[in-house]
Amino acid sequence: MDAQKIQAYGDELYAALVERRTVPPLLEREPDITLDDAYRIQLRMVQRRLDAGETIVGKKIGVTSKPVQDFLGVYQPDFGQLTSGMVYREGEPIDLGRLIQPKAEAELAFVLKHDLKGPGITAMDVIHATDYVAPCFEIVDSRITDWKIRIQDTVADNASCGVFVLGETRGDPRRLDITMAGMVLEKNGELHSTGVGAAVQGSPANAVAWLANTLGRLGIPFRAGEIILSGSQSALVPVTGGDELVCTVGGLGSCRVKFTGRSAV
Amino acid sequence: MSSELTLSREDIVRLCERVEGAQTRAYAIPKLTDEYPAMTVADGYAVQAELRRRWLARGHRQVGWKVGLTSKAKMVQMGVNVPSIGFLTSDMARPENSAISTGDMVHPRVECEVAFVTCAPLAGPGCTREQVLAATDYVLPAVEVIDSRFSGFKFDLPSVVADNGSSARFVGGGRARRPQDIDLRTLGVVMEKNGEIVAAAASAAVLGHPADAVAMLVNILAEQGETLPAGSFVMSGGITEAIAVKAGDCVIARFQELGDVSMRFVD
Repeated sequence: MDAQKIQAYGDELYAALVERRTVPPLLEREPDITLDDAYRIQLRMVQRRLDAGETIVGKKIGVTSKPVQDFLGVYQPDFGQLTSGMVYREGEPIDLGRLIQPKAEAELAFVLKHDLKGPGITAMDVIHATDYVAPCFEIVDSRITDWKIRIQDTVADNASCGVFVLGETRGDPRRLDITMAGMVLEKNGELHSTGVGAAVQGSPANAVAWLANTLGRLGIPFRAGEIILSGSQSALVPVTGGDELVCTVGGLGSCRVKFTGRSAV
Repeated sequence: MSSELTLSREDIVRLCERVEGAQTRAYAIPKLTDEYPAMTVADGYAVQAELRRRWLARGHRQVGWKVGLTSKAKMVQMGVNVPSIGFLTSDMARPENSAISTGDMVHPRVECEVAFVTCAPLAGPGCTREQVLAATDYVLPAVEVIDSRFSGFKFDLPSVVADNGSSARFVGGGRARRPQDIDLRTLGVVMEKNGEIVAAAASAAVLGHPADAVAMLVNILAEQGETLPAGSFVMSGGITEAIAVKAGDCVIARFQELGDVSMRFVD
């Protein structure tokens, strides 16, 4: 795909994000779009956010579970870039009016204290470079109509990033079993679903190592202080105004989030 | 739920013999409600009680109970709002890391569960999670091998209760823990078959908390005029979905805080 098209699709997705509307799947319009093309569109879309004054605060890893990989027909995760405009503090209600067709996922976030420069990074390097882990909610959102995504669509759309909130509870992965830690997700006081770290690439640390190696090959830095959302451990939860979600990671603690307002769709 | 007995004593004995034959000679039978469409859950428990009476009379030792249908998905599927229960005997126990024969089962499936061993008697009605935890000597990780004797695992609640809740084999192992020392609600659990993760969940998948399932068991026992004696072994319900196994499969259940339970299946 030529540079002009890459830029046009990146700009189109950025406009959809800002105007809170959806666009038809890219794959329907460009049947030959490759994963590399999709990442280049993502870079353009993210660049537009940086041009508008946002900064990079971290990365998210998506498509980490086997059911989602089977659904999208891929055998590796994907990633997107987290920007300053996506950050919510725990306790601050999330305004759905900013979003289009949001769904929540519960996961484990890593915050780095050392740079991670792939390739050649292992899960042991990830733990060594981690300052702390925290339970978190990622509110994914899609600029593609009705979430009709294939892997190229979601990658181009910055891995369907919406907003995210880190729980204030922090844990040390040297003292916590992040692989076997259970995850319990409650919606409005009722059990919604459960999960466990191992469902994410065998261990959330494996997913982060995959990301470090992938970024290393692309020449994208992975710096101390960045937040990495390691991949959903729960089912996707559709949310509407008034909903409250709590996720609890065994041995770590909880992250709680409340929603207000109405999303576009 | 229909709690009235509709079967005659003769029918109960007849169905018990049918279930017992299918269990001991490992063949599939149609669900009992095909012949007795009006059969109730109470009828199912009457058949189960007759089965238990016979086995105990023959010298089998009852070690405890199991709770089944404990996940929201299974309850919705079966249209019930309480779990089912079944009894466990020492003959159903298999040691950790052993070879388990599949030749004497119809279509076995495995589930990860938290098991409880009690140190004080528990009696319903009104038994609570707190009472269960106070009466628990220790918890341990366990795998239940269930095996419905009904063709194609197709059954309804009265039939599965009569079939002793699909009880077949169970394997306890891993590491014993005091319930006070761990959070029994958020334990991560993974089932691996032949080295691949085939199911993953956390222990809250059992009715929100495994001890709540044990409390419900005690309350169901109360309805049948029974209590749970000290020293009972209780399988509190599948945390992960049931996974089919066949000869040649190796299974490892991994639990946060409780270690692993492994087994292999042979002909």
